Amino acid sequence: MSTMNTQGRPTGVGEVGAADRQTFTGNRALQQEEGLIFELDSPGSNGVDFDEPEAFEERLGGLKRRGRIGLPDMAEPVVMRHYVRLSQKNYAIDAGLYPLGSCTMKHNPRLNEKTARLPGFADVHPLQPQQTVQGAIEVIDQLSHWLKVLTGMPAVAMSPKAGAHGELCGMMAIDAAIRAKGEAETRKRVLVPESAHGTNPATAALLNYTVDTIPANDEGRVDLEAFKAKLGPDVAAIMLTNPNTCGLFERDIIEIAEAIHAVGGYFYCDGANFNAIAGRVRPGDLGVDAMHINLHKTFSTPHGGGGPGAGPVVLSEVLAPYAPLPWTVDTGKGFALQETAEETGQAPFGRMTAFHGQMGMFTRALTYMLSHGSDGIRKASEDAVLSANYVLASLKDVMSAPFEGPCMHEALFDDSFLKGTGVETLDFAKAMIDEGYHPMTMYFPLVVHGAMLIEPTESESKAAVDLFIATLADLAESAKRGETDRFAGAPYLAPRRRLDETLAARKPILKWTPPAQAKAAE
Amino acid sequence: MRYLPLSQTDRQHMLSTIGAGSIDDLFVDVPGAAQRDGLVDLPRRKGELEVERHMTALSNKNISASSVPFFVGAGAYKHHVPATVDHLIQRSEFLTAYTPYQPEIAQGTLQYLFEFQTQVAMLMGMDVANASMYDGSTACGEAVLMAHRITKRKKAVLSGNLHPHYREVVANLSDFADYEVDRGDIRPEGGADLKPRIDKDTSCVVVQNPDFFGRVRDLSHLAEAAHAVGALLIVVVPEIISLGMITPPGEMDADIVVGEGQSLGNPLNFGGPYVGLFACKKKYVRQMPGRLCGETVDAEGRRGFVLTLSTREQHIRREKATSNICTNSGLCCLAFTIHLSLLGEEGFTKLARINHAHAVKLADQLEAIEGVEVLTDNFFNEFTIRTPKPAAQVIDALVEKNILGGVPVSRLLPDEDGAENLIVIANTEINTDDDRAAYVTALQEVLS
Repeated sequence: MSTMNTQGRPTGVGEVGAADRQTFTGNRALQQEEGLIFELDSPGSNGVDFDEPEAFEERLGGLKRRGRIGLPDMAEPVVMRHYVRLSQKNYAIDAGLYPLGSCTMKHNPRLNEKTARLPGFADVHPLQPQQTVQGAIEVIDQLSHWLKVLTGMPAVAMSPKAGAHGELCGMMAIDAAIRAKGEAETRKRVLVPESAHGTNPATAALLNYTVDTIPANDEGRVDLEAFKAKLGPDVAAIMLTNPNTCGLFERDIIEIAEAIHAVGGYFYCDGANFNAIAGRVRPGDLGVDAMHINLHKTFSTPHGGGGPGAGPVVLSEVLAPYAPLPWTVDTGKGFALQETAEETGQAPFGRMTAFHGQMGMFTRALTYMLSHGSDGIRKASEDAVLSANYVLASLKDVMSAPFEGPCMHEALFDDSFLKGTGVETLDFAKAMIDEGYHPMTMYFPLVVHGAMLIEPTESESKAAVDLFIATLADLAESAKRGETDRFAGAPYLAPRRRLDETLAARKPILKWTPPAQAKAAE
Repeated sequence: MRYLPLSQTDRQHMLSTIGAGSIDDLFVDVPGAAQRDGLVDLPRRKGELEVERHMTALSNKNISASSVPFFVGAGAYKHHVPATVDHLIQRSEFLTAYTPYQPEIAQGTLQYLFEFQTQVAMLMGMDVANASMYDGSTACGEAVLMAHRITKRKKAVLSGNLHPHYREVVANLSDFADYEVDRGDIRPEGGADLKPRIDKDTSCVVVQNPDFFGRVRDLSHLAEAAHAVGALLIVVVPEIISLGMITPPGEMDADIVVGEGQSLGNPLNFGGPYVGLFACKKKYVRQMPGRLCGETVDAEGRRGFVLTLSTREQHIRREKATSNICTNSGLCCLAFTIHLSLLGEEGFTKLARINHAHAVKLADQLEAIEGVEVLTDNFFNEFTIRTPKPAAQVIDALVEKNILGGVPVSRLLPDEDGAENLIVIANTEINTDDDRAAYVTALQEVLS
């Protein structure tokens, strides 16, 4: 009989075996393997209890579904366990530092989740009579006010569903203004810096503009002379991200705005990086005509594994008349949604989406703003910039930084420190996974080789940032020492090793197929 | 400030490591004219208690769907969502994760997206579905653009009975992208024939089923007519629960199917966020917009999932991408897929039968009211009535009696002749016999 621990004494560790032990189940303690939901089918079980309706005469006009859909049946505990196990295979901000540059993975306060679920917001229909949703319209009005004051802009279109949708909205407003001036046939060129997000050229192309790329200078900013050389009467707009995707503030921004206006063009600012300057710098003071704001970045609505987002667009005086429907107004006697051009008395260009926009994100963003206040929003921007500069200063000698600081909210590195080590940016990033970190943004922006873009955000304590810096320094030193094993096969310790993306693209399997059918198809 | 971990001492240490005297030194690249010394003109920070009071006061000014007999639909539907759904989507690992760009540590998100794609394809009767779009209306706009890419034609023929907001979204997008739209006549009673409008310049025909007025119909003949001239049939499904009972668009030979998935797992949210569904025939998959998740294996041969075919997307293709879309509705698809897993085949089809039964019951009761006419012959859970008085007035009068009685068609089609007296009425599992009795009594009073 083995010795029982009856006295609360800690047991020893015993013999230490190999770490890469195989198990019967494939599980690794808390990491549980989990099949697809379709493989859990247990006909006869169910996860909801409904009574069958009493017999009645159907009115489907002969359009009744024949045959099964193929959905699996199971009881609630099985469903619960399935999704909890899946969740345990995800990295998350709540679990650790998430330094994805340009993505702004900051803390998501749970108060915001609570207020978004209040019945007066979550449980109201977009087409209820307006007298029954006065508080909901007022939320949109209050959020509009905060956005206008923070950006120093006179108007805001609230309906865009995400950042790229906001870009589309802003560019449509610009296009509408160009048409109104009778220049639709002549202004067909949009200038986009080479460091821009891919959505910028994609948006311009969707509206039939020719995309003309502006090169970056050796300081990581728009090459002012090259930009000026491209100006002309056929230029519709410049789409510029500021702070830019190298994490740098465009010093010449006011001059750029004046120059584009001088040739009759418009200034679209990609507001993805507004979180670096909110509360300190107002885009309206920089000559911006339109700028989308990613509520899921700057104002911390959760990223949710890829959405939903929200992308309201602030507009200058000249673009405000073209804002899409609906408009929210305070009539003095109450709040109203204006849903037709006639009601606005202006020239709204149309409608971006059904209904009024991402209300569930508005309540969260407004809650975030009220919590922070004018002082907290400014402080958050400053802390974000401080942390990024701290990372840059601490790692610029052990890694390699292509541009001089100070940076804004994100620090950019290139892969020259890895030269000759046999380790590439991708390997370096995958080795971070074994150390418990989500990798930074890789290979973006395109203007530097093997880019690594790090955005620590204001949500990290100094201790957390210090450990992160020490980890990256250790990895960099390790690469330089030629310890390629640590990188080439990484990650070793994640729920999955590297996945074969080539296979996935060459032979796409985009849905589950029942085994019998799959076999027949072979 | 409770969300900011850095102390004053930390900040000083960090500044000295950087070699900066103050935080202002880090903002030196901002032109002086744009530098603001003071705070913007907005209130200072507030504690949780105060913020919650502020938001609750705003919430209390609204009448929520659960608090009254509720019959509002027209593109967004009030359904019961099991408690498990909201618990699971609030797990940190789902809620606070980014897009799964690092698949080794994002298998949770990727697997549920793969399961979601499978479920959507099954419901629609289609070969493949993507990992979701913003909502039904924007998915509809993207479907039209996709059809133009496939057919290399520029004209979309829309059913007049497509949801008016969806029509406006398609028309707006087409206007800016220089495409043609034939908008069609609105026929609340149905019976419009789209075939004569389809010709060799037509890229796609866009039809909603059930349509804006609630009517269901067989679209196979329309698919045939479209295909005969090389055009595609796009079917729009505004109420996903309908597919528990009616023939799926895939069986009618639709080429692209889009839909609004809000009914599963997602609250009304005053219009968003919702979840756009997008499915198509396999041969068109490389022209699809949005994210796709695919199955593969890892270095040890274990099954795993990745985002795939991303060479269609803007971050790779830039101005040559199939769409400018960068975001999906990740967390809303998670809610959708969990709700559908709880329902299963049996629960989902039964839920559909309950919805239909409730609609039939109310239609029978309303038809018995003097002067009220039910216009929709065949429907799922929504139908349209004509009342002797203007619909907007009727709906407002019902509000006074604490009933949210539906959507006056004039709100969405203010300029449409003959629409003034029409109300679109939705029925779901939430409506009780008492709700219907209250509606009937109140409507009789309002109309007398």
